[in-house]
Amino acid sequence: MNHAIRADKFLLDADRTTWHDETLWFVREKRDRAVYAVPEFQELRELASQIKDHTLSRLDLYLQEFEAAAQANGVHVHWAADAAEHNAIILDLIRQQGATRIVKSKSMLTEECHLNPYLIQHGIEVVDTDLGERIIQFREEAPSHIVLPAIHLKKEDVGDTFHLHLGTEKGESDPQLLTEAARQHLRAKFLAGQVAISGVNFAVAETGGVVVCTNEGNADLGVNLAAVHIACMGIEKLIPRLTDLGVFTRLLARSATGQPVTTYTSHFTKPAAGKEMHIVIVDNGRTQQLGRPDFRASLKCIRCGACMNTCPVYRRSGGHSYDFTVPGPIGAILSPNIDMKKHRSLPFASTLCGSCTDVCPVKIDIHTQLYKWRQVLGEAGEIPASKKWSMKFMGRLLASARVYGLSGQFARQALRLLPHGLTHAASFNAWAVARELPEPPKQSFREWYQQQPKSVPQPQTPQVTV
Amino acid sequence: MKVALFVPCYIDQFYPQVGVATLQLLEKLGVQAHFPAQQTCCGQPLANSGCEREALPIYKHFVNTFQDYDYIVAPSGSCVYHVRKHFDKLDQTDEVQHVRGAAYDLIDFISTVLKVETLRGAFPHKVGLHLSCHGQRGLHQANESEMTPVRDGQLRRLLASLDGIELTELSRNDECCGFGGTFCVSEAGISARMGQDRVADHVRHGTQVLTGSDMSCLMHLEGIVRRAQLPIRVMHAAEILNGLTA
Repeated sequence: MNHAIRADKFLLDADRTTWHDETLWFVREKRDRAVYAVPEFQELRELASQIKDHTLSRLDLYLQEFEAAAQANGVHVHWAADAAEHNAIILDLIRQQGATRIVKSKSMLTEECHLNPYLIQHGIEVVDTDLGERIIQFREEAPSHIVLPAIHLKKEDVGDTFHLHLGTEKGESDPQLLTEAARQHLRAKFLAGQVAISGVNFAVAETGGVVVCTNEGNADLGVNLAAVHIACMGIEKLIPRLTDLGVFTRLLARSATGQPVTTYTSHFTKPAAGKEMHIVIVDNGRTQQLGRPDFRASLKCIRCGACMNTCPVYRRSGGHSYDFTVPGPIGAILSPNIDMKKHRSLPFASTLCGSCTDVCPVKIDIHTQLYKWRQVLGEAGEIPASKKWSMKFMGRLLASARVYGLSGQFARQALRLLPHGLTHAASFNAWAVARELPEPPKQSFREWYQQQPKSVPQPQTPQVTV
Repeated sequence: MKVALFVPCYIDQFYPQVGVATLQLLEKLGVQAHFPAQQTCCGQPLANSGCEREALPIYKHFVNTFQDYDYIVAPSGSCVYHVRKHFDKLDQTDEVQHVRGAAYDLIDFISTVLKVETLRGAFPHKVGLHLSCHGQRGLHQANESEMTPVRDGQLRRLLASLDGIELTELSRNDECCGFGGTFCVSEAGISARMGQDRVADHVRHGTQVLTGSDMSCLMHLEGIVRRAQLPIRVMHAAEILNGLTA
């Protein structure tokens, strides 16, 4: 199923689409206010972009530096080539502890690796402790946004979900009451958690420490209560030095939600006395993307979600329409790297308006990469044959002024003569589903121009007056 | 200064009056533009569909047609952006590089090359400006709201200089209209919804005349306006600026 079909399903509920669009635009506006208030914001972007470019250019060295520093801190470092290895390592660590109850703070990497269903299938209880994540976990849905995982749901939907799973009153939709119910429920889970799993926002090569940014403090609570902390990170999360971190924390929260900084920026460097800390470093297709020069810059992403909030397509189609862990514009350039056939429609789910590129705090040329993926997909035969053939035909037609002129005449004539119901039949003219066709003029511009007196416009030096 | 007029394929076939207005406006500003008869299209529809290779003969034809001119002016920022940015797929001969640098959007040409910032005349209407993405973010004809508030821009400056004009302030100044070339048919549902939202922003804020410097966005918005039978007139900026009496 392609993006357009899934998007159409979302669009069926016009009011919800409006609400979704407006909610995310509200976040975009908050972001704008926060960004305009920092005069050096564009310099910060440039600096962040350069730091990331630099890091990716010698990622192997920084990964080794990070591993050595982490080990020196008493942290166990594990390497996973793909999702399966990642999941197996984590299950193994859990079993070594004899643990069955896991608390997990938000991590898009574990989503990408489908860790939850894997652990549950092996008899482990996994509780997502981020509120949005917990809501969609109850509903057995995937996150629809990387920062706001349950943004596709209204408070009434949450009320229904909590009524089913937490026993709140039917029809209850007061955010205060619902949050309190979640808080009480999660508190018990935190206290019972034997192993805490977290993601990683930034890994510092110099110190071997990892940094996790949350607004709810759930990573801290989980990690500090459990005996074992497992942090999962993609290889691209590295930054070279601790002094680089401030550049990114200033950009991350402002770009994501318009906050000056996330509520909790937690540093985990070594295990507490008597406890264990593990870091799982995962590739899962990232080195392949690193090897694609046109798409390498996508690995600079710090997962702020700003491109989703600004994307006029995402706002109206919802995150699930992308059917990939990371939706929206950035997801549409990451996903074909993982599975080109499955995600072939995503680079086309954009008008190439360029807002994603301009909003990106690390200056990823997202819309340029979308355009380039289209070419890769075209060359690989992953665009519909009908499209390919009609484009081939157009290529011939438009390379000749004579053929083009005649075809234009014919098309305009046909458009004038055929009945409106036929030219605007939604079944074979997608344009006409919601739009009128332009009214065909009797004359094209070139026909008009030919009839003008020949003395007019020949190339000459003009007199410009202002 | 040898100036060529490039009338993009869809304008040639569906909006000849925009080509005429562009030609006449340039003449009023002292520029005799020539329309090379061999011209067809910039090839963007193919390239945006993932068929850049199939578009190469069109690119070559474009370069051959326009290489002898100092400037190539078109009433469509999107096509100009395509020529400038994506003709990098051709061997970068002197001719190709020249054509890429010489291509200008009409309003950009008036503002940057002719250095015209104000025009005399009156247009006593409430005018809504559609900032087209390729013109704004691609050719930097206005600053981007992602970086700074949209305070100004070439077309806004020109329009604001007219007597009696009132420019609409929108809730979302530079949001994409949803046309997107072949996107408008491959993702017809989202495209239509974006266009409807864009038009609604103008309706809410009282736009009587909807204008812009890129006819492709306007073609899409006009289709929505006419389907919904809204009391909004859609005109290319060249038509407004050419029609001034002063």
